[in-house]
Order: sequence, then structure tokens, then C-alpha cells
Amino acid sequence: MTGFSTTHPTLGKSGFAFLLTDRGGKILLALLLAAIIIVPILNLAVPPSSPFHISTFMVSLFGKYLCYALLALSVDLIWGFCGILSLGHGAFFALGGYAMGMYLMRQIGTRGVYANPVLPDFMVFLNWKELPWTWYGFDMFWFAMIMVLVVPGILAFAFGWLAFRSRVTGVYLSIITQALTYALLLAFFRNDMGFGGNNGLTDFKDLLGFNVQTDGMRVTLFVLTAIFLAASYILCRFIVSSRLGRVLIAIRDAESRTRFLGYRVANYQTFVFVISAMLAGIAGALYVPQIGIINPSEFAPANSIEIVIWVAIGGRGTLYGAVLGAILVNYGKSYFTGALPEAWLYMLGALFVLVTIFLPKGVVGAWPTIKARLAERLLSSKPKLEAAE
Amino acid sequence: MAERKAQLVRGFASLAFVVFMMAVAALPALAASFEDTLVGFTADSFNDTATAMSAVTESGDPLAPQILGALGDGRLLFSAATKKVYFKDSTDKLFDAATGAAVTAVAPGDLSPVRLNNRLRGLLSAALGSLTLMAPDVAKRIDAAETVFKSRDITTLPALDKALAQEKNAEVKEAMLEARAAIVIGAPDTSPEHRLVAITALNTRGDGDALVLLRTLPADVPANVKQAAASAISSIEYRLSIWANVQNLWYGLSLASVLLLAAIGLAITFGVMGVINMAHGEMVMLGAYTTFVIQEFFRAKFPGFTDYALIVATPAAFLVAGAFGIAIERGIIRHLYGRPLETLLATWGLSLILQQLVRTVFGPTNRDVGAPAWMAGAFQAGHISITYNRMWIIVFTIVVFAALLALLRYTAFGLEMRAVTQNRAMASAMGIKTGRVDALTFGLGSGIAGIAGVALAHIDNVSPNLGKAYIIDSFMVVVFGGVGNLWGTLVGALTLGVANKFLEPFAGAVLGKIVILVLIILFIQKRPRGLFALKGRAVEA
Repeated sequence: MTGFSTTHPTLGKSGFAFLLTDRGGKILLALLLAAIIIVPILNLAVPPSSPFHISTFMVSLFGKYLCYALLALSVDLIWGFCGILSLGHGAFFALGGYAMGMYLMRQIGTRGVYANPVLPDFMVFLNWKELPWTWYGFDMFWFAMIMVLVVPGILAFAFGWLAFRSRVTGVYLSIITQALTYALLLAFFRNDMGFGGNNGLTDFKDLLGFNVQTDGMRVTLFVLTAIFLAASYILCRFIVSSRLGRVLIAIRDAESRTRFLGYRVANYQTFVFVISAMLAGIAGALYVPQIGIINPSEFAPANSIEIVIWVAIGGRGTLYGAVLGAILVNYGKSYFTGALPEAWLYMLGALFVLVTIFLPKGVVGAWPTIKARLAERLLSSKPKLEAAE
Repeated sequence: MAERKAQLVRGFASLAFVVFMMAVAALPALAASFEDTLVGFTADSFNDTATAMSAVTESGDPLAPQILGALGDGRLLFSAATKKVYFKDSTDKLFDAATGAAVTAVAPGDLSPVRLNNRLRGLLSAALGSLTLMAPDVAKRIDAAETVFKSRDITTLPALDKALAQEKNAEVKEAMLEARAAIVIGAPDTSPEHRLVAITALNTRGDGDALVLLRTLPADVPANVKQAAASAISSIEYRLSIWANVQNLWYGLSLASVLLLAAIGLAITFGVMGVINMAHGEMVMLGAYTTFVIQEFFRAKFPGFTDYALIVATPAAFLVAGAFGIAIERGIIRHLYGRPLETLLATWGLSLILQQLVRTVFGPTNRDVGAPAWMAGAFQAGHISITYNRMWIIVFTIVVFAALLALLRYTAFGLEMRAVTQNRAMASAMGIKTGRVDALTFGLGSGIAGIAGVALAHIDNVSPNLGKAYIIDSFMVVVFGGVGNLWGTLVGALTLGVANKFLEPFAGAVLGKIVILVLIILFIQKRPRGLFALKGRAVEA
């Protein structure tokens, strides 16, 4: 477990030491900054005929990857630094997405199929006469954005407070988080819940008065996602580098011992769980306008388990590794489900098995070993090449 | 005059004979008298045909339905010369109406169909309806009474009353009384006494139909009748609610048996190794596909023995899934001990691979596993219907559970397994090869999952997603029951199964399930290690 520890000899020297000592993080933030500047130019300013043009489709696709990266970051925060393996983080993601989706639904107004100024189409279709109380306030952007944080936050607080206080840990916790998202999946499938049932929420028009379908809005959403990812990364890095972060790592490595030292383990766990759920909610809220739909399948337990494998592949307990893993796996998924649809599930399955056995620290953790081995091979092959010449 | 007298006497004699025959209802009619009743058909007069028709109806002869049916379809033929009656079946084969024997000799040349008019057609349909009320066969009479009960046709009332008067079998009589009650209860001109009798009969019947009928009681009946009906209604409702609970209990037991089968293997592997095997559902699926393959093999090679495929499929499924389990343990899980969360992820990946593998080999569509004859159908117990396949699955589950308990209790392997569960380090120090126990335990748990697949193949679709559907429920059972011993799993499965089915009528299937999930999440807060938790220092390890 020592491989995960984040030792910062400079801790406390400077306000930004937690960032400056983090090489992977610096690279990540630099890449995000570059994407924020370059992608809008390549999409909007470069003509489509140019080979440097990035299509709006690609912008949205990478925007989606960044949302997943933010989600993976939130899972790494609790799993990599506090040892809480949540198999239900997709639930918080979906709840944030639903909060955003509800705002977008209310913005449709009379432009829906049934042209009802208040009720979304599916409610008119179900013959409902008035808006359920759960939808009150979602016509206001600020309220919806607060809900993006509050709904996942409150659920995570209630769940975490109950579970951690009762010292439900390890496999048991994983299973009940899975039960949580499964229960929500079933609940959101019901039409009576008033969230669109099976079909979910879709057919969005405006976000703050701007049409979400336009190129400009897509690029804006991409940039926003990148900014939120960078900001969340800094927040997470700040948390794990602080004194609080040290306690979290202590809990991860020896929960009982930390408790005996006098720390209130449950409070730390609940705190970080709530922060993580809120980050997942933000990821969901950014995801929905870019994808254009939110439906109950986002709650599926299988999705939540997949998030964990992104983190595992990238490198648990490094934060930037989670981002890398999410982007790598999802890029691979997009590519292979198109090129070899039969093979993707084999590959995903094999990734789970091989990474857990051979790469317990993920790609990031294995990088030094790979680098050393590559260098060795290069060194040993160079004389041969020279000899051949 | 003398001839007429003789006819009368003969008529009386035959009437007396018919009455006598009815008195001993089970006895078959004698051919001679029956032949006489048929003569009326040969006169080619509507009146004689009508008389003959009612005589045939009352004769209760087993041939009567055939004859009347033939009459309705114009297949009843007579020869005026020989005074004999015949009927043709649908393939134009000729039979003697008196004996039912096929006519082999040359048929008379002057055969012509017995004619009907509208009046006779009306009489005929009523006769056909009431005919079976007097059939010699008890089951047929009950069926007929049930038909009348359903149709509530007031025109059948005379025939019903007649049948009722001569009925000796108590069960049939009961059914007829109920049928009569169904007709008269709502009729406007029934006397209060008859209504009271009807209410009593319906109260005895005591099902939903009776309840509906009691509510059709007209408003202008005397107070005592009204009161009787009201108390009958509340009595029926009370009994029906008890039956509904019995039915729910049965459904709950049935669900519990399935849950137990699916979860028990998981409980074993989790109990011994602290490992959650996410590919457990896929072991169930492999068992189901093994059943499918073996059944197909039997169908192709030994079509006569398809019903016995199950006898081969059960051990085969155990071996296939068990072999996969051992391979998984040796190949993957062995490398991940002490890292339960990583094991969970690796086995999840494995489950994806196995699903895709089965999809590649067998295709993504559902496969059909036919139930053997002794598992098909259902029987009625009181007011609930019990399907044989559900019943056999419960029996099967009990057998598997008992066998597993015996294995753990009485074999050396069981002893070693329990030792490793309770204290791995100490067991190892005592010379138990824990690695071998782990592999065998995993094989055993997976094998049991395979056996669960055999059962599930008969009540669910055999598809690559079969395992997925059960995995979360199985986890819930194990987590709820605790891993201390198998009884915890049993109690967990029973509780969840029965609670689920009792919630369903109030909350609906989906909401019921959500409530159960939330309750389990809350329960885990109270008892983080389940109902029957292991105690001692091994727990924290």
C-alpha cells in the first residue's frame, strides 16, 4: 500500500505546494488548458475543409469523455484515498443529470409536441393536470444548479452517515451501494415517479436562452466541462494533500487503528463521500446537455462498476490516473464498439481481470517500470543495430 | 284400443325403468330400452322426434350426446323400412345409434336424415345443455353444473332441477345447488326461501364468483334475506382474504426457493473466502445452458427419454459449473487473496467475458428448455392453484439444501471447510491444505449455482443475461442472512421471498422491490454482518 502514499515534503511551505509537487497533475492541467484554448479555435475558426478542423461531433464526444473523467475523479477520491469502493456512484451522476435535465425540460415551454407551457410532454401524455412538487423551482437555473449539488449530496450524506456510523465497510458497503443504485434504477423506471419513466428526459432546446444544439454552445459546454474538471482536480488534490487527506489515507490503510488513535472515522468518510457524490452530480449535469438525454439506464449497476475499472486502469490513488483511465477506456469503447462490436465486451472483461492481477497500480503506477524496461531494451538493442549497419 | 293400452303400458314400463335407472345413476342404461327410445326418430314427425329427443336426453346413455350432436348437424339418419337409426361421424362413417358400433354390413338403402324445425332446434340446444347433467360420469356432471353456473342460463333451470332431484353424489349435488343458486339469486321472481337456500349454497362455494353473484341480489328482498346475503358476503370476503394470504405465502415460498438456490453457492464462497464472486450469476447461466444442451442431445438421440434428461442434466450442470469455478479460483482469485475489492472487480470482468462467450456460442436469443411431463400443468388446492414446476423446484431446493448441510456436517471436506471459515490461520497450522479447500469450496459453490441453473432453466428464459437477473438478489440474501452458516441464507431467502410477495399486492412489483432494497440497506446499518454473523476474532480479518 505504500505505493499509493502521497508524501509531500513541501507541505505547508507555500499555498500552492500541493499542486507544484504533483507532476502528473501539472501535465493534466496543462493539457486541459491547451484543450480549452485550442479546441474552440479548431472547431469554430478553422474551416471544415481543413485537416485541422475538429467536428462538433468530436467536440461533444470529448466533452463526454471529460464528464466521465470527472466522474472517475470523484470515485478515485473515495476509493483511492479513503478505501471506500462505491459500486453505486452512477446514481449520483444520474441524479445530477436529472436535475439538469429537469431544468432543460422546463425551458422547452410551448415548443413541446403538446405545447403545454408548464407541463413537459410526457406529463401531458400521462394526462397529468399539474406539475408534481418535485419539479417546483426547476424553471430557475440557479435553483437547478443548487439541486445538482444538493440532491446527490443529501443522498450521499444520509447513506454515508448511516453506513459509516454503523461501520459498514469493505465488500458489504460495495454491495449496498449497488443495491442503492439498483433501487433508484427501478424507481426511475416507474412513470409514477414523474421523471419521464423509461424514456427519461430528452428533446432539450435551450440552456440559459442559448440553443444547446448549436456549434457554439457545444464548444462552450466542452470548455465548461474542461474548466470544471480542472477545478475539481485542484479541489481533490487540495483535499488529499491537506491534513484531512492524511487522515483519509490513514483510514484507507488501517481503519481500526485510525479510530483507536481518536479520529472520528465515520465523519471523515461521510465528508469525503458527500464531496465525491457532489462532484459526480456535477459530472452528470455537464453530461446531459451534451448528450441530449438522461434516462434510468444511467442508474444501472453495471455502469457504476465500469467507472471503478476506469479508475483501476488509470491508477488508483493518483487522481490524474483516474482521468487518464476514464478517457482511455471510453476512447477504446467508442473505437472498438464501432470497429469490432463483438470483441468489446471480451476486451472490457479482460481489462478487469488483467488490470487487477497484473497492474494493481494501473497504467500510471506501472509507468516507471515500463519506462525502465523500455530504456533497458533500447540500450541493449542499440549496439545490435550499430553492429548490423 | 288394446294396442294403445299396450303402448301406454309399455310407455309406463319404460318410464318406470328410466326412473329406476336414474335411481342407480351409476349403472349404464340397458341397450334394449335405449333402442326403443330411438324408434321415435324413425317416424319422420316433429312431435315424435321431440319425444324421442327428450327420452334420449333423460336416458343418460353414454351415446346420447353423440346422437343429439348428430341430430343438430343433420348427421342422424334413419331407415323407415327397418325402423333403425344410425349416425355418421365427421368422416362419413356409419354407426348404429343403438349400440354405437360401426356398421360393417350393407346399410339400408332408404337412409335419410332426421329433420328438424326451429322449435326442435331450441329444444335440442336446451337438451344438449342439460344432457351432461345426467351423464353417468361424476366428473362430467360436475363440469356440466359448473358450465351452468358460469352461463346462469335460466332456461336450464328445469333440467337442473330434475337432475338435482335424482342426484345422489354429494359433491355433484353441491355443484348443482351452486349452479341453481347462480341462476335464482338474481332472478326477480324467486321466493325468499329459495333465495336463502341460494345464499347458503353460494356461501359454501365461497369464491370470487360467488361474491359477485351475491352482490347481484335485487334490492326489493325481505330484510332477513338481505342480512343473510350480507353475512355471507363478509364471510366469503374473510375466507378469500385468508386464501389470498395463503396464495401469497405460496408465491413467496416459490420465490424464496429460487433465491435460496441462487444465493446458497454465493454464501459458501463468501463465507469461506470472504470473496464476492460477481461471476456467480454466470455460473447459474452455465448450468442453465448445460441443461439446454443435454436436453437437445436427448431430443436428437433418444427422443423417448427426453423426460429423463433432467436426471443427467443436474449432475452435468454441477460438474460444468464446478469445473469453471475451480478454474476461476486457480486462475484468478488465488492471486488476489487479501484484496476482496479487487477480486470483486476481476470476477465482474470474468462475468462479462462469460456472457459474451455464451452469446457467441449460442446466440443472443432465448433458448427454450421444455419441462418434462411430470413438471407441466397445475393442480387446485382449495382456492389456490399450484403449478407443478414451482412445487418441484421447492422440493428440489429442499433436497439441495439438505444435501449441502449434510456435506458440511458429516464429511471430512465439510469439517475442513468449516475450520477454514472460522479461522484460516489456525486451520492451516493444523495441517489443512487451505489452498485445496479454497479451490474445492469455490468449485462446490459454483457447482451449486450450476444446479440452480437447472431449476431456473425451467421457469425463466435461458439467455446470456440469465445470471444478471439474479445476482443482485442473491447478494441481498447473503448480506441479509449473514455468512455464519447456511441457515442464515435460508432465513434470508425466506424472509425476502415472502416479504416481496406480500408487498406486491399493496405496492406493485417494482415498488415492492424498491421497499425491500431500502429495508435491506437500513437493516445492514443495524447489523452490518447480517442476521447470522460469525462471531469471534476471525471476523475482522
